[in-house]
Amino acid sequence: MAEQEARPNRVPLIVLAWAWVVLPFAYGVYQLFLKLVQLFG
Amino acid sequence: MALGFLDRSRIVAPPGWTRWLVPPAALSVHLSIGQAYAWSVFKTPLEKTMHLNGTQSSLPFQLGIVMLGLSAAFGGTLVERNGPRWAMFVSMCCFASGFLISALGVATGQFWLVVLGYGGIGGVGLGIGYISPVSTLIKWFPDRPGMATGIAIMGFGGGALIASPWSSSMLGTAPDAGTIATAFLVHGLVYAVFMSLGWLLVRVPADGWKPAGWEPKTDHGKAMISTANVSAANAIKTPQFWCLWVVLCFNVTAGIGILEKASPMIQDFFRGTSTPVGVASAAGFVALLSLCNMLGRFVWSSTSDLVGRKNIYRTYLGAGAALYLVIALTQNSSKLVFILCAMVILSFYGGGFATVPAYLKDLFGTYQVGAIHGRLLTAWSVAGVLGPLIVNRIADSEKAAGKSGTDLYTTSFYIMIGLLVVGFVANELVRPVKEKYHEPVAAGVAVRSEA
Repeated sequence: MAEQEARPNRVPLIVLAWAWVVLPFAYGVYQLFLKLVQLFG
Repeated sequence: MALGFLDRSRIVAPPGWTRWLVPPAALSVHLSIGQAYAWSVFKTPLEKTMHLNGTQSSLPFQLGIVMLGLSAAFGGTLVERNGPRWAMFVSMCCFASGFLISALGVATGQFWLVVLGYGGIGGVGLGIGYISPVSTLIKWFPDRPGMATGIAIMGFGGGALIASPWSSSMLGTAPDAGTIATAFLVHGLVYAVFMSLGWLLVRVPADGWKPAGWEPKTDHGKAMISTANVSAANAIKTPQFWCLWVVLCFNVTAGIGILEKASPMIQDFFRGTSTPVGVASAAGFVALLSLCNMLGRFVWSSTSDLVGRKNIYRTYLGAGAALYLVIALTQNSSKLVFILCAMVILSFYGGGFATVPAYLKDLFGTYQVGAIHGRLLTAWSVAGVLGPLIVNRIADSEKAAGKSGTDLYTTSFYIMIGLLVVGFVANELVRPVKEKYHEPVAAGVAVRSEA
């Protein structure tokens, strides 16, 4: 039973779901790089 | 068990459901519970407002990690039986309520409520949440199990990156009890909303589902990958489980030894040299290690899908020991060498966490891999005590003997090398699980339809 059947459009849901987790994560990574500058700056 | 909308039968993926919705569901849980690594942000404000010492303010975190190990070990079978939506929902309820109870504790001046809330109840949320997506991801990504679990477990490493600056900005420079209580309250509410994506979105594949065009490999020289299933009760009777327990425990011990003391360690190392490291730079070093810990979870775990689980652990343990030796021998002659070695060691630390679910799946099958993973996480609890204990005790005794600089840590590094070598040997001893532990094929299929 592979993914063969007709697929409903899940693209908006995929975009929303990934944005939900990626945006806060990007905020954390940005804050991290601000600290890294102190190490090598 | 009547679970209503939480029941596994309600989340079987309809035809056309995409498996790429499962990693964000898992990440919403792991990015939240990874907040635990940022507990230190609350320590000083709590000490000042509730008149606590450092040991007391560590209690909520310490109890949280103990409860993580215990709930993962003892709740693993429940998680397997009831499914990921139930597990993620329980995790959200416990983790968010932990913050709400802590808010009440701070507002009323009852520190024991903070310990019970954040550490006790929140800790159960950590353990159940940590293992909740593992077996589901492995079933959705049988072709890339290392990458799939690597994404989720990377989230646990990344949780503190979000929580640390967010919590700090909420607390400000001199928070009073009301500010801390409000911060706990907001954390509880925001994490409840954020984690809801997980239990709303997670789906399990229908029986017999497999990725389009993918066929299970039936041993092309990779004898370590089993197609048989082993129950959690039988898994802990096998030497393979305990070899992996030693591997995980010592790999984590070696990483945590650096991670826990990273800031004072780099300052001590280069004090009095031509390249001293100040407090602000040390904070940058800690951030760099966090990044490596997080990226190692994804990069090394994904690499294990290509090179095999046993080989990747040979790298973590063998190269890890070699890198510790480089630090011990070069001492403080080069800041760059020290930082590079520490970065790679921490990436191996993260990689060890993220690769172990796929290693378990290779050895014991997918049947109860979540429950087996939960039991294996007791190694983490032990390592969480062992690593800091070794490094701190030795540094304290060397300092008491009048030593300073690199002398405070050299002995610890040689002990870490020894532990990594023991872990390397344990990994070499891992062999395919004997047939007597395998589930009968009919029973395995029957239970897998539930799992």
